[in-house]
Amino acid sequence: MAMPNQKLQTRTTLKLVGVVLGMFAFGFALVPLYDIYCQVTGANGKTASAYVVPEDGIAVDADRWVTVQFLTNNNASMPWSFRPEVRSMKVRPGEMNQTTFYASNPAGYTMTAQAIPSVAPFHAAEYMHKTECFCFEQQVLATGEAIDMPLRFIIDPYLPESVQTLTLSYTLFDITDMTASAAAE
Amino acid sequence: MSRARICLRPSLSSRVKVCLNSSLCLASLPLTNALTLQACLACVVFARPPSVTFFIFAVHLMGISSIMGSINVVVTILNLRAPGMRLMDMPLFVWTWLITAYLLIAVMPVLAGVVTMMLMDIHFGTAFFSAGGGGDPVLFQHVFWFFGHPEVYIMILPAFGIVSAIIPTFARKKLFGYDSMVYATASIAFLSFIVWAHHMFTVGMPIAGELYFMYATMLIAVPTGVKVFNWAATMWQGSMTFETPMLFAVAFVILFTIGGLSGLMLSIVPADFQYHDTYFVVAHFHYVLVPGSIFSIMAAAYYWLPKWTGNMYDETLGKTHFWLSFVGVNVTFFPQHFIGLAGMPRRYPDYALQFADWNMVSSVGAFIFGFSQLLFLFIVIKCIMGGKKATDEVWEGAEGLEWTIASPAPYHTFSTPPELPERSMA
Repeated sequence: MAMPNQKLQTRTTLKLVGVVLGMFAFGFALVPLYDIYCQVTGANGKTASAYVVPEDGIAVDADRWVTVQFLTNNNASMPWSFRPEVRSMKVRPGEMNQTTFYASNPAGYTMTAQAIPSVAPFHAAEYMHKTECFCFEQQVLATGEAIDMPLRFIIDPYLPESVQTLTLSYTLFDITDMTASAAAE
Repeated sequence: MSRARICLRPSLSSRVKVCLNSSLCLASLPLTNALTLQACLACVVFARPPSVTFFIFAVHLMGISSIMGSINVVVTILNLRAPGMRLMDMPLFVWTWLITAYLLIAVMPVLAGVVTMMLMDIHFGTAFFSAGGGGDPVLFQHVFWFFGHPEVYIMILPAFGIVSAIIPTFARKKLFGYDSMVYATASIAFLSFIVWAHHMFTVGMPIAGELYFMYATMLIAVPTGVKVFNWAATMWQGSMTFETPMLFAVAFVILFTIGGLSGLMLSIVPADFQYHDTYFVVAHFHYVLVPGSIFSIMAAAYYWLPKWTGNMYDETLGKTHFWLSFVGVNVTFFPQHFIGLAGMPRRYPDYALQFADWNMVSSVGAFIFGFSQLLFLFIVIKCIMGGKKATDEVWEGAEGLEWTIASPAPYHTFSTPPELPERSMA
């Protein structure tokens, strides 16, 4: 038996299926939207990629000190030994600073690692300029190998007065599997 | 394969909250100790047990079934109403289901998207949520709660509809403010899309974001308050009788309001920093879901049971069931407010000694509530087996088309479109 207003029902159904497909796509669209949101607000303490010092240099703010603390973490089952050379530094905004991080691979095989930085408080993230950082590239260490990894950074003189201590945290991820599958392709 | 079966059974069976499903699903798997999808994310990033892939498959199946069911509901309501029944003549239960179905259609695909991303992270080398590959675990929380917050309204809106049918029946008055009930339901549904980050105030959000999500969340109290006051006004000066469905419905209004008020407390950002992930949150959402959603389902079962079976249930036993449940629920969940405020965290297998006494009280309540549901089962079976024959109308003050047909309903109803009683459906 034909249902009444069959055409209307088909039209409503198709519209709703369209909404379903649209919302599925919207879920994926949230990924780039979130990245833009993080760039604009600095949420999650994400720092920018390599910083280039402007031609005319940066004025050094000799009137104040900022404490920069370094934290290192290993993600999940990452077996590497990973620590900063110094736990904290007192720096002047605008000055170029340098320190190193130590990493060694105690595992019985060659591993690839990626360090992910995060700054707290997160609204200070955009004032942490890194001119050179081991976090810009992947680290490959053979069994028993150790490395001192350099970090060069400038704290922007425009850093809000309220921020007297900045914490730069690195988490080391094991990406051996990811790079292996990428190499296989 | 037995794992897959364990995983699929609870998930396929219903469109209950996915978190409930996932906990049923994952708790039965020895590889994971996960209780929610977030913990499941941890399996994706860290351990990647094969059970997660089964779980994702189950979520996809459940999502597809929910979406297809919801499309069916919307198409039926929009195109196949009885001749002459305008949208604003529909019973409120139908209205709440229409809006719930729209919510499901809008957010289940987002959940499908987020679990698909998890699947891709596990098997296809993408890094949506693993920071090691440039992703962000907090993104998972955002996408999950974009689905998850409308989902909690999916669980409560049909309950609003049930209570809006039962209270007028036993108050023997028309529902107060029918139009405002419809608009309040629609407003709650709309607001549910723009408040998701209040589940994650402590992840580190810009202050403007915290403020926005705080105020938007508080705004939901307005349409919800409209509904609670409408139910109270419906009862006002009504000729009320307290049969079992009415007892559950009145308990719903009171206890759901308690849950709503603790929700309002949680929406305050600085307070939430203290309450976050404590038993206060557990007490809050159990108050809105157990004496909220579940009481309304029980109310509905008693209300329509005579129509389904043709027999009246045992009123004395029904009332006994209500009082045992009422006492059990409150003894279980009210103390959790206290231990939550005192700092007992969620999701730990153990707790500090000073929380032991209230946990004991909670356990006693949980046993009372749990075992009293065996009585419910007995009442339903007894009612199916026989009892006093139900009339067509069943309840003196009931209005609606289902009360114009025989009890139990014949196999074919309304093979010719029914005559609507003159505009009294509301």
